[in-house]
Amino acid sequence: MTPWEPVIGLEVHAQLSTASKLFCACSTAFGATANAHTCEVCLGMPGALPVLNRRAVELAVRAALALGCDVRERSQWSRKNYFYPDLPKGYQISQFDKPLAIGGGLDFASDGAWRSVRLCRIHMEEDAGKSIHDAAVAGTRSLVDFNRGGTPLIEIVSEPCLHSAVDAAAYMKALRQVLRHLEVCDGNLEEGSLRCDANVSLRPAGSATLGTRTELKNINSFRFVREAIEFEIARQGQALDAGEAVVQETRLWDADARVTRSMRSKEEAHDYRYFPDPDLADLVLDPNEVERWRAALPELPAAKLTRYQHAFGLSEYDARQLCLDARVAAFFEAALATHHNAKALANWIQNEVLRQDAPDLSPAYARQIAELVALIDDGTISGKIAKEVFTELSAQGPSPKEIVKRRGLTQVTDSDALGAAVATVVAAHPEAVVAYRSGKTNVAGFLVGQVMKATGGKANPKQVSALVIAALSTGRHE
Amino acid sequence: MTTLCDKTIHELGALLGKGEASSVEATRACLLRLEETRHHNAYLHVDPKGALTAAKEADLRRAAGEPRGPLDGVPVALKDNMLVAGLPTTCASHMLEGFIAPYDATVVRKLKAAGAVLLGKLNMDEFAMGSSSEHSHFGPVQNPWDPARVPGGSSGGSAAAVAAGSAFAALGTDTGGSIRQPAAFCGVVGCKPTYSRVSRYGVVAFASSLDQVGPLSKDVTDCALMLEVIAGHDEKDSTSAAAPVPSYSAALKGGVRGLRLGLPQEYFIEGIDPEVRAAIDAAVATWRGLGAEVVAVSLPTTDYAIACYYLLCTAEASSNLARFDGVRYGRRAAGDLGLREMYGATRAAGFGQEVKRRIMLGTYVLSAGYYDAYYKKAQAVRTLVQRDFAAAFATCDALVTPTTPTTAFALGERLADPMTMYLADVFTVGANIAGLPGLSLPCGQGSTGLPIGVQILGPHFAEATLLRIGRALELACGEDRVRRLPPRASARASVLGVPA
Repeated sequence: MTPWEPVIGLEVHAQLSTASKLFCACSTAFGATANAHTCEVCLGMPGALPVLNRRAVELAVRAALALGCDVRERSQWSRKNYFYPDLPKGYQISQFDKPLAIGGGLDFASDGAWRSVRLCRIHMEEDAGKSIHDAAVAGTRSLVDFNRGGTPLIEIVSEPCLHSAVDAAAYMKALRQVLRHLEVCDGNLEEGSLRCDANVSLRPAGSATLGTRTELKNINSFRFVREAIEFEIARQGQALDAGEAVVQETRLWDADARVTRSMRSKEEAHDYRYFPDPDLADLVLDPNEVERWRAALPELPAAKLTRYQHAFGLSEYDARQLCLDARVAAFFEAALATHHNAKALANWIQNEVLRQDAPDLSPAYARQIAELVALIDDGTISGKIAKEVFTELSAQGPSPKEIVKRRGLTQVTDSDALGAAVATVVAAHPEAVVAYRSGKTNVAGFLVGQVMKATGGKANPKQVSALVIAALSTGRHE
Repeated sequence: MTTLCDKTIHELGALLGKGEASSVEATRACLLRLEETRHHNAYLHVDPKGALTAAKEADLRRAAGEPRGPLDGVPVALKDNMLVAGLPTTCASHMLEGFIAPYDATVVRKLKAAGAVLLGKLNMDEFAMGSSSEHSHFGPVQNPWDPARVPGGSSGGSAAAVAAGSAFAALGTDTGGSIRQPAAFCGVVGCKPTYSRVSRYGVVAFASSLDQVGPLSKDVTDCALMLEVIAGHDEKDSTSAAAPVPSYSAALKGGVRGLRLGLPQEYFIEGIDPEVRAAIDAAVATWRGLGAEVVAVSLPTTDYAIACYYLLCTAEASSNLARFDGVRYGRRAAGDLGLREMYGATRAAGFGQEVKRRIMLGTYVLSAGYYDAYYKKAQAVRTLVQRDFAAAFATCDALVTPTTPTTAFALGERLADPMTMYLADVFTVGANIAGLPGLSLPCGQGSTGLPIGVQILGPHFAEATLLRIGRALELACGEDRVRRLPPRASARASVLGVPA
């Protein structure tokens, strides 16, 4: 048992899902030709001035409200000054001592237990551009793509209150779920929509004071969050065990070598010379508008999760799967409005709808799925036939009922017809009858299968099963 | 008999209206005067082709009976820190030599829309940092009244061009007096509008919370005509005011009867040239004679204004000038350098001494451990200065002060001593710190023939009042503007008599 307790705080940068950048009208679309989405403002041309994107403010406030923060009526833009080629103005417009929101927190499940993270603050800022040092692309030079420069971010800063790498990763996952649910951030880690810096320190277990921390940068996946923090906990532990001090520094996660490397020491740390940006007025929120935004907040994943379990009797697993994405939850609820069988719909959505390449999550398609499940429930078709119908089902296409009718897939429930089919199958398999009577009752299943096959799957399986067992028990066909 | 380019805008407008002159003629007259006064070094870039094309278009509009307004076809010029798409913008710096602006500043867009003819870009102190226009990478500007003297700064090229007649009017920027002080030194009218009144979009920032664009013109009427075109809200400048723009030219006739003019006692101190003092006293006497009431007021924080100003403006400048890093535009140091070395070499070679001095001062002011003592303290003083002015304006409609303590000083005289140079702004920085409008207009000449300027300061958005007060003095002193032409532009220049 290590005598050291890790203390972890995360700074999560989430890109807000706006169409345009934070201070100009350029598009935020990912994947365009380098520097296609730029203008004088986001290139830091002489004389250009920032104009705030109000939509970004709304999204940031929604995130802050959902996370229980105290949203400040007045916050301030500050300049964070440093030189780097991907920072066109030589400063980043951010928020410093008067952030958008303070406090708040998030409850999340980690390793089967509920944990709670307290937040320090949420502030807004603009993103930098992207430096390209890859020799294959840039040769001996370095290139800069400013498409990302100026995209709106919120930085969600947690208190140093996490104590394991697993919890840190679970927190980030939960945060991603909330932000996606609010449609504030698309949570796309590959495209850099969600990035994380981690502050890690160790202290003797039971101590209340914080040890010397290192700041880990460049963590852009849940796995890397866990691995980087695990590596750092081990590295600091070894140093402390050896009687060495931890050096306060910024370290970079090297995902290939799976180690953290020193980037700059405290002495080399930037003095960012923050000061209020004179080009922008204070950000003043209208309390009435904030209340309107609060009222319009969607149900949060945690609340939805509870409701799905209690009101619909879903398992925690099913409820979680549906709550992962707001669009999936909305799809589920649209289907539920048409046909109230939560469990069956949950299964169909998870096992069929979401397995498709680009699932259609429109309400029209949800109605189609619900009608399909209704056809199973009222005995019109079997589950097996339903899967066949499903392959033909689309939002705008014919209804499941029409497909079933056109293709003659209606389940056979006529007892006489089924009885005849059962009799034929049983007669063809005398060895099965012998086996059944010697106690191997599971051959009944085999016979049911044969009947289903013989009827092209259209027979009602429950009815067939009952008829097969009756036939075997009475020995009528001996 | 004056040549066409010695006319005012409103005089030219009358000639254009009667068909007695054309915009092309006026433009050619300015270009000719510009050639005759090349030694002033007022222009950094001239665009004769663009100007003559615009002039022809203006003449066609007029011929078609569709003139756009008082500035249609009027040749004007711009301080070289305002962007005109397709033309160079250097800010008189080696750093931006060869930089071609990719877009129009809002004031440029407005001038173009009003039909103004843009002659070219005017010399200045590098990045507007200076009070003499000597800190230009492209050499100092001469004062048209005396080539051995400075025209003031930083909008020295703007003042010199208007004084010499190589532009009917010009735009300058004023961060601590950079329009009013050169206007005073060159004997022209200069207005620094209320902070937020004119868009800063497309104007290269020196100190964003203090910078303001304004006109330099031959008389107060022209100043009003220019101001009403460039003023107004701009959605591209978040600090620009939404308040509607009144018709400044319509407000000129009001006179000063019943107005209360305050004389801040802290501005009438030792160190003011006695001739300057006498000229201001005479102007005040004129206003009193016209029915204005004159009262003494106090601005107790005046002594701290210069220190406050140089802390704030250098802090903001250190950040504003960070974008000139050699990465995207402008000059980059040659050679196969690493990033840090490239930054260092580019900025060492690109910036002049005064700019470097201010960047270093500003960086220091904002740095950890000094921020509270300098930047924060200066912001607190700023609030006190604003309160001082607010209290003064509770008892008077406008303040009257000298624009500068002395007339134009000699070229080179103050270059070695930055502190003395900084003190040239002592009467002008207050308006920038408090965001107030200020007007400087000629009120006489010293014994050596150099112009003297009187400054009128007003409450926020009181430009119309300032122009009205200025116009009253102008009318009382006689409208013969020829008296204000510098000797090289007119052999008949004479000393402006100061009325009793």
